Amino acid sequence: MSEIPIKTRGWSIWLPLALFLGFVVLVAVGLFRPADRNVASTLIDRPLPAFALPAPLTQVPGLKSADLVQGRPRLLNVFASWCLPCQAEAPQLKQLAAAGVEIDGISVRDRPKTLQVFLARYGNPYRRIGADDAGKVQLALGSSGVPETFVIDGRGRIRYQHIGDIRPEHVPMLLDKLKAVQ
Amino acid sequence: MTRLWCILGLLCASAALPLAAQEMESTAPYAYRQLDDAQQESEARALMESLRCLQCQGQSIADSDAPIAGSMRSLVRERIAQGEKPEAIRAWLIERYGDYVSYAPRVSRLTWPLFVLPLALVLLSLLLLRNRFHWRRPA
Repeated sequence: MSEIPIKTRGWSIWLPLALFLGFVVLVAVGLFRPADRNVASTLIDRPLPAFALPAPLTQVPGLKSADLVQGRPRLLNVFASWCLPCQAEAPQLKQLAAAGVEIDGISVRDRPKTLQVFLARYGNPYRRIGADDAGKVQLALGSSGVPETFVIDGRGRIRYQHIGDIRPEHVPMLLDKLKAVQ
Repeated sequence: MTRLWCILGLLCASAALPLAAQEMESTAPYAYRQLDDAQQESEARALMESLRCLQCQGQSIADSDAPIAGSMRSLVRERIAQGEKPEAIRAWLIERYGDYVSYAPRVSRLTWPLFVLPLALVLLSLLLLRNRFHWRRPA
């Protein structure tokens, strides 16, 4: 029999405990600081994909990618009338529009009737709205949900993606981003 | 007797509620509609089962009822119908969302240890076992 002599063990007897404690720390970190589950677009700093979307309503023109190349930075807001956070961010979009920011919208998987009600109730901050019924342009943009807001520079490149609703504290940040890409 | 009918009616109504909720159909044309060509549909199906829904991230887009998963199914089906190869569609999505959108693992600069490590461990264990066993020669 070749049993390991007890003397040679020394510190290695603590190894399993150390491994176990390391594992506990790993799990605790994962529990208390969960990873960010948002899927960000990889198209940042790349040109907008080409698209042409019809207008969902008669009161606003439709939206094509060429409309977003105007020499000035602007916001592209991906939204839907059926999305609750989109209602929550409406006042902030109004505030941005009042500050002179040009905002275009893409309404995703929406119906004209509910969109009409949505705009009447929460206001219309959009210069143009494209109706993305199939959600194809949303996927082409690398957007993973509604609402999302893209900062587009004067040359039509995506410079920043804001995932989720725009809260009051995000307004100055977005204004800064718009100024930075000028 | 009328009370019994009332209860039955209530039961039926409560059963119909979830059905009514599911009637909210997607505006994406092929979200809930299969392709006419069975061969193409099975090709699309196989791809959809290996793509991650961007909203409910534990599910494939084939399993998910999230609106964006409907759009992704529609995109997959339409592109397959146009004759695009499934791997090209997967690559198009990975280009936009990163590796995370695909359930099929790729060997890359970041992931190669996942493929090499098991092989290395098997080799190591074989070496250890060889030292452990002493083959007795027949007398």
